[in-house]
Amino acid sequence: MYEHLETADPNLTSVANLKRVVVDPVSRVEGHGKVTLLLDENNKVQQARLHIVEFRGFEKFIQGRPYWELPVLVQRLCGICPVSHHLAAAKAIDQLVGIDPANLPPAADKLRRLLHFGQVLQSHALHFFHLSSPDLLFGFESEIGKRNIIAVLGEYPELGLQGVKLRKYGQEVIRMVSGKRVHGTGAIAGGMNKALNKEERDYLLQDIDQMIAWADASVALIKKVHTSNLPFYDDFATIRSNYLGLVKPNGALELYHGGIRAKNERGETLVDHFDYCHYNDIIHEEVRSWSYMKFPYLTSLGTAMGWYRVGPLARVNNCDFIDTPLAEAARAEFKAHGGETMVHSTLAYHWARLIEMLHCAESIKTLLHDPDIMSADLVAKGEKRYEGIGVIEAPRGTLFHHYQVDENDIVTKANLIVSTTSNNMGMNESVRQVAAEYLSGQELTEPLLNNLEVAIRAYDPCLSCATHAVGKMPLQLELLDAEGKLVDQLVRHSSGEFVHGI
Amino acid sequence: MANKIRVATTSLAGCFGCHMSFLDLDERLLALAEVAEFDRSPITDIEHCGPCDIGLIEGGVCNSENVHVLREFRKNCKILVAVGACAINGGLPALRNPISLEDCLLEAYRDGIGVENAQIPSDPELPLLLDKVHPIHEVVKIDYFLPGCPPSADVFWAFLTALLEGRDPTLPYELVHYD
Ligand code: SF4
Repeated sequence: MYEHLETADPNLTSVANLKRVVVDPVSRVEGHGKVTLLLDENNKVQQARLHIVEFRGFEKFIQGRPYWELPVLVQRLCGICPVSHHLAAAKAIDQLVGIDPANLPPAADKLRRLLHFGQVLQSHALHFFHLSSPDLLFGFESEIGKRNIIAVLGEYPELGLQGVKLRKYGQEVIRMVSGKRVHGTGAIAGGMNKALNKEERDYLLQDIDQMIAWADASVALIKKVHTSNLPFYDDFATIRSNYLGLVKPNGALELYHGGIRAKNERGETLVDHFDYCHYNDIIHEEVRSWSYMKFPYLTSLGTAMGWYRVGPLARVNNCDFIDTPLAEAARAEFKAHGGETMVHSTLAYHWARLIEMLHCAESIKTLLHDPDIMSADLVAKGEKRYEGIGVIEAPRGTLFHHYQVDENDIVTKANLIVSTTSNNMGMNESVRQVAAEYLSGQELTEPLLNNLEVAIRAYDPCLSCATHAVGKMPLQLELLDAEGKLVDQLVRHSSGEFVHGI
Repeated sequence: MANKIRVATTSLAGCFGCHMSFLDLDERLLALAEVAEFDRSPITDIEHCGPCDIGLIEGGVCNSENVHVLREFRKNCKILVAVGACAINGGLPALRNPISLEDCLLEAYRDGIGVENAQIPSDPELPLLLDKVHPIHEVVKIDYFLPGCPPSADVFWAFLTALLEGRDPTLPYELVHYD
């Protein structure tokens, strides 16, 4: 839709004559991403890009390590969703010891699911309460000094504390299953290293009804916020896209294991229940010179049409139903609101995210009542294989881990497609939509900053493993003339003041 | 209010797990907010570190901007603390050190599975990487080191409360571990 703005058209205008505007978190280290715009003499946006400036080199340096290190190594890519990396790697190395998901002992399968529901619950709570709630409670244009969880705790103590406790509960689920809240050890090749004992189970059961009630209330809150400002929430940064994610065999929402389903913008199915071990047959990644983050796409549709979005919006859009009652009721309302088969609103990511948080809380309760999570039958083993592929629905979307090993169990090849990478084109399109629809032709002003920011943040991007997830990006905007000379600069100070720097 | 202690935090080449562990203070965040206020940190929107009492640094140094931010923190913080394995010795990101940066880039952008339009991203908008990942004490003087990957919330609590009460912040044995 806005692809023409990826690169300024050299036939229409000489690129050398365009003004360059950079939106860059001043603390670029925390940012790892920045937006650049090229404007013509009428301030019309001719080019808009979100650059990812982060590079780790994981796929190379993991080579030469023994495969059994993978679950504990790879989780250190991201301290916000470490469990998702841990489990995607575990699913891959299960295959290296000859175990497919169907042969995993039921106790191990359920403990992993419990662990992962804890992960998604805490990550979604973090994004909503610690990041988004200051915007929602104080307003998008509120004083910057207020935009943090401490201020929320001060002015809305009850809601703020609910957020802190919901996240805490998710972290405690993780700790009970894996021994630590961040970077624990739980999954091993072919199973899990320990079950829950009765005390641990009972400890988690104490608070689960309260968590479900709070999660339910947060869905009501976000619905109210979204629907009370419907035109803005449905249009802002909104793009029509394909959607991709895992679903259960019966079409239900799935976070741990399932087949790949992709739908187009009209809700027509592109692939369904596709075995993710063959992901390379349907998904490739394109490199572009201006970003360290690659651009995945469905090969059947090509690079121009094949890009897709992942994460809560994609999952709630794609599934036929959710198999827990409260979240299913919330899903039905969500899908009904837009009047289309697919909900394309980018800001609806927030709403979908909280529906999933509710689903996690409900699912944790079910699993805690399942005696299998205290079983001693935890590990299975089969014939050694040389290739393993693990795919999971991380909080931010579908996460692919792919490894090859040699006869000595040493990793020889690794490929990762992390969730935010799949949203790369979506985020760029949203940035370009905002640039074209809301900014083009205007003077450099403060709302310009806010608009671009809100668009990116709706995706809860894990740009450097979610360095943006807490707090609002501090920004500086620079306007340079065609020779690269600084003509204007707008800085947002800690006080919340905007100052022209020149 | 005026004599609240000022704390700044930042993440360099880290995974953010140390910051998550800090947020694991949970309800104790409220108690902390009574005695401390936050300067530049991912939990606030302040962009430049002003004069501070304590600076907490997560992650090692992997590009020139890390160096810049680290120096800014050293200049402004009376007490600078290396938090977690990555800040102390480079941690997981430093696993790339024995390998040439070019090989890492080629694997990701040319030789990887399913890569199309192979090329190493080269746009001038992208910052330059250092050839190695460095511990932060190689760049500036560090006053305290909190081991762990990440240090637990209890470590942060023990350390900060000791400093706030004017005691020497030594960690009890059971809080000192490295994974
Ligand atoms: S020390 Fe561990 S938790 Fe902290 S940033 Fe490094 S990898 Fe993440």
